[in-house]
Amino acid sequence: MKARRGGGLPGKVEQNMTPMIDVVFQLLAFFVMTFKLATVEGDFNIKMPISAPSAGVSENPFPPIKLVMKAGAGGQLASMNMGDRPLGTNFATLHNEILSLVGNSTGPGSMASQMEVELDCDPALHYTNVIKAITAVSGHMNAQGQVIRLIEKVKFASPRS
Amino acid sequence: MARARSSGMGDVSAEADMTPMIDMTFQLIAFFMILINFAESDSDDRIQLPSSVLAKPPEGMPDTPITLQVTKQGTVLYSADEIPISAMGRVLDIEAQLIERAKKSPSQANIIIRADAETPTGQVQEVIKICQQKKFEKFLLRAKQDTP
Repeated sequence: MKARRGGGLPGKVEQNMTPMIDVVFQLLAFFVMTFKLATVEGDFNIKMPISAPSAGVSENPFPPIKLVMKAGAGGQLASMNMGDRPLGTNFATLHNEILSLVGNSTGPGSMASQMEVELDCDPALHYTNVIKAITAVSGHMNAQGQVIRLIEKVKFASPRS
Repeated sequence: MARARSSGMGDVSAEADMTPMIDMTFQLIAFFMILINFAESDSDDRIQLPSSVLAKPPEGMPDTPITLQVTKQGTVLYSADEIPISAMGRVLDIEAQLIERAKKSPSQANIIIRADAETPTGQVQEVIKICQQKKFEKFLLRAKQDTP
């Protein structure tokens, strides 16, 4: 600390700011460099034990809905089939199809909670299409921002070679 | 901005008013300190997650999480290593041993799969198949939240 006295003025204390500004800029540089905008991430739960057919049948009264996804050139989605019904490449169609199957029966103990979807995908298909299909099958968000759950049980068919 | 003062002797000393600058700098430091996220250590620039409107952040940490990141080249990023999918069995054996040592079973563990949006699905299924062979059952497919 350094005190300087002006001509007629009362004593004025002036601090040396340089070290503080140095440290503050160091800190600022550190935080700016390490800053990474965090994205919000979420999970889709899949319980998939190694195939146990006898146990699976007794638990679930509904046979799994089979969704076949074919890959086109470069791993893009070429076509989707739910059972025998072709759905094209539009995930909204798939979602509407699931809605018409499940109807208003959602929530615990409902039909939707007991149904299961089996995804049978081409090995070359881009993974983003799988996530889009799981999203279309497992629910939607209503106007109030609440998630309406449909079929949450999803499994993969055994990989094609 | 500088304020010039002249003393009686005629020499000129320039003195900047530091207060606004220091105010702003502290504001910036506070902003970055609050937003810094050290916990986001499993994110990797090589993985661009697919997005989904239903990807809600989980309420709590899953039980015994094991994160496997599948790149579009078909390799798995596990801890700090990049390993081919064929070598996953050895890694999972070690994980299973560690889980059993903690008096748990691999079926209780959660495998978090962070796969790139352009990864061929066959590669992801291959990873899942190897996990199943090592008695892992629960999988969490991670996606980034897509705001509608």
